[in-house]
Amino acid sequence: MIPFQIDISLVNLRNNDYSNYSYYCWRIQEIKGQKMAYTEKELQEKLETQEYQYGFYTDIESETFDKGLSEEVIRKISARKEEPPWMVDWRLRAFRTWTKMKEPNWANVQYQKPDFQDISYYSAPKKKSKYKSLDEVDPELLETFKKLGISLEEQKRLTGVAVDVVVDSVSVATTFKKTLEEKGIIFCSISEAIQKYPELVKKYIGTVVPQRDNFYAALNSAVFTDGSFCYIPKGVRCPMELSTYFRINQAGTGQFERTLVIADKGSYVSYLEGCTAPARDENQLHAAVVELIALEDAEIKYSTVQNWFPGDKEGHGGVFNFVTKRGLCHRRAKISWTQVETGSAITWKYPSCILKGDYSIGEFYSIAVTNNHQQADTGTKMVHLGNNTRSTIISKGVSAGKSQNSYRGLVQISPRAQNTRNFSQCDSLLMGNNCGAHTFPYIESKNSSAQIEHEATTSKIGEEQLFYCNQRGIDTEKAIALIVNGFSSEVLKKLPMEFAVEARKLLEISLEGSVG
Amino acid sequence: MEFKEKLLSSFFALQEAVLLDDNPLIEDRRNQAFKTFEEKGFPTRQQEAWKYTSLSPLLSEDYVIFPSGDVGIHPNDVKKYFLYEMDTYKIVFIDGVYSPFLSNTHHDGFDVNLFSVALNQKQHRRTIDTYFNTIAPSGEPLVALNTAYAHEGAYIYIPKNKAPQSPIEILHFSSGDSPALWLQPRNLIVVEQGSEAQIIERHQSLVEHPVVTNSVTEIYAGKNASIEYYKIQDDLDSASLIDSTFIHQETHSHVSVHTSSLGGKIIRNNLNFHQAGKAINSTLKGITVLEGNQHVDHSTLVHHAQPHCESHQDYKGIFRGSSQGVFNGKILVDRMAQKTNAFQQNNNIILSDKAVCNAKPQLEIFADDVRCSHGCTVGQLDQNALFYAQSRGIPIKEAEALLTYAFANNVLESVSIPFLKKHISLQIASKFGVEMGFGV
Repeated sequence: MIPFQIDISLVNLRNNDYSNYSYYCWRIQEIKGQKMAYTEKELQEKLETQEYQYGFYTDIESETFDKGLSEEVIRKISARKEEPPWMVDWRLRAFRTWTKMKEPNWANVQYQKPDFQDISYYSAPKKKSKYKSLDEVDPELLETFKKLGISLEEQKRLTGVAVDVVVDSVSVATTFKKTLEEKGIIFCSISEAIQKYPELVKKYIGTVVPQRDNFYAALNSAVFTDGSFCYIPKGVRCPMELSTYFRINQAGTGQFERTLVIADKGSYVSYLEGCTAPARDENQLHAAVVELIALEDAEIKYSTVQNWFPGDKEGHGGVFNFVTKRGLCHRRAKISWTQVETGSAITWKYPSCILKGDYSIGEFYSIAVTNNHQQADTGTKMVHLGNNTRSTIISKGVSAGKSQNSYRGLVQISPRAQNTRNFSQCDSLLMGNNCGAHTFPYIESKNSSAQIEHEATTSKIGEEQLFYCNQRGIDTEKAIALIVNGFSSEVLKKLPMEFAVEARKLLEISLEGSVG
Repeated sequence: MEFKEKLLSSFFALQEAVLLDDNPLIEDRRNQAFKTFEEKGFPTRQQEAWKYTSLSPLLSEDYVIFPSGDVGIHPNDVKKYFLYEMDTYKIVFIDGVYSPFLSNTHHDGFDVNLFSVALNQKQHRRTIDTYFNTIAPSGEPLVALNTAYAHEGAYIYIPKNKAPQSPIEILHFSSGDSPALWLQPRNLIVVEQGSEAQIIERHQSLVEHPVVTNSVTEIYAGKNASIEYYKIQDDLDSASLIDSTFIHQETHSHVSVHTSSLGGKIIRNNLNFHQAGKAINSTLKGITVLEGNQHVDHSTLVHHAQPHCESHQDYKGIFRGSSQGVFNGKILVDRMAQKTNAFQQNNNIILSDKAVCNAKPQLEIFADDVRCSHGCTVGQLDQNALFYAQSRGIPIKEAEALLTYAFANNVLESVSIPFLKKHISLQIASKFGVEMGFGV
């Protein structure tokens, strides 16, 4: 087991929330005060009083547009970002489509529909972040890390993460730029990409998730303010994990970021995404679009640890997470989605793979944990268009408190796709008697050579298992954490190492107090 | 939608001329149902429950709603559709009209009777008032349409602690007398505490002509009651069937419904179980063997509302030609229903490139101490097994039939009437055009 101190520092470093220095120091003092003898039990206590640990609000002076949405607002966003005319047209086309669309209500979630005129569509920190790279980090912070026995250089190596921090829809800092540039990898904010690499953006944006794809995708296409852009050239294996960290900071704003990852022929990239938001009484809207394009022989691994504010114990506040994620696989390409969903009041998210090229592979590994009044409707779509395409779906749902957790998936085999293969497994774990677990798997096979397998189970934590743990001196709360971790291990082991540690902790926090 | 207009406009006239209700309660239920249908109309593919099945190809014909019914059929023409020539209770309808000549009803001790008789006789009023249209949900437009027009069908009432000696057959023939026919049979089956019944239902057209049957069956199983219900769907390619069956189970009852869908233009089976007591057992089995342009949609719902209940679903599908199969199974477990054990399995084999299989096994669970699982597969016959059979001198056609039969066999095994089992086996063999020795 990795000592706890390293653990925390990893979390902080990865988030790289430099704009947020005071929080940093607070965390570090906390660690200093505890010296080395920090036990799991103390952690539990801390977590109990802490509730949502990322619920801080950073007082960054920021520029926020008035609430409301109109063509004028879109033109203003576009002007502010100094975008070329084709981008403005593209946005306006999306907006016009959006005005004709209706909000979907087929998902198994209940909520007060957001008023789209009561949201501010642009909020950006006025001052640019102080730290452009790790070298500029406050010496005191460095000192603290040294005391912990980890030099920053080592940290850098250990985490090996290049981070693009997006606060309130505007990219604040991108680290490790130089290392990446040497390899020809482009990793920057999407606004920068629109300026610098318009031909790439123009060629690929909206090709996987068209503007008219769905209500939220259309909204995002119209108003997205920033996001990440990544291009891996032919045959390049990205030497480090690329990461984006999203944060909604301002009140009354929605976050609409757009991520575009293009892996050229034969390249490889592993991409991480983390999300947090301050604890607020109101509901905040997050409607992102992620497009992945894996050209021939390329591989993209996309991992998400989503920890938006889930609302308080009574179900007030929390983030509405309505995200469209989709990847397109060309010949022999592979896209792998891994997600750990612990946050958000409402999750509506279906990372999908379109297996267009022959021999392409799609994978989906997911853990969704819901507690208190959270509602999650999440799953995946695997669309098999090419011959010999394969897909794997492993979905684990854990529901506790008064939450509802749904898996909704689609496996579609087109008539011309020969010898396709799919395996799906979705398991649900129920804790307590006030929550629900649901599965809606759709299987559509139009080819006789397809082999599709689907299995799902729902159960509770076995009393025998709990008893066994108790008998060995492990208390119930810990035993549950242990069992849930075991239940999810199939997915957790797909995460990059340091992310897995964070995810494991998140699972424990999310299930806090769910033992009846 | 023209046919809807026709149904709506003819309702009041028919109510005065044919239905002749003297029971205000029934009249009220009819009017309510009529309003529901008027509001909602026929379901479309926009509705989630009808996503994979479109009724629009059925609605273009000008159907006769109330056929004349004076068509005679010679017993020799329909003999082959009877399970036994004698020895069973039979309720036979020709074009929706009761045929006393071919039927064999029973009125002593328990009732194997007609729905129209039960509606109008005082002695059955209590049962009709209690159960008619109370088991079926009120919001379904097709059920509502049937309720509004409910006039004829089977009425089976088994009082406490009785067990009929032999199975009860419900047979619907369409003679082809009218160019296009829309039938709406309504069955009510009440099996009281501690009783048993075996029922076989079959719809058969004798001549190729467009016929649509919108059938609704309500089944009540009292405490400790046991019901086995078999549906044989092996109709001509011109006939369609929309079957809605609603089952209400009391404590310790066992109900099994076995559906063999072997032919028809469009078949839709809505099978709904509501478990209202403890320690109930529900079994749903299905075999689907399709070819040509046939389309079968199984939509099941098992609602576990009480603790310690079990349900078991097993559906096998074999699809050839450009046939389409749909399986939409749902298990709903209420918060109350702790210790539920629900199992659902759906296996499909696609034997041709144009055949389509859509499956949507759903679980909706609100109780934590349950064991629910489902499995769903779509695949082909095992090439190695086929090769093995061929290497032993079995021709490919026979080998395919044998493997398919073996695939469907564990569902067939659950048919407890030997004659019926043999009958279904023969039907499956004939679908594959092989002789597997069942005829001997």
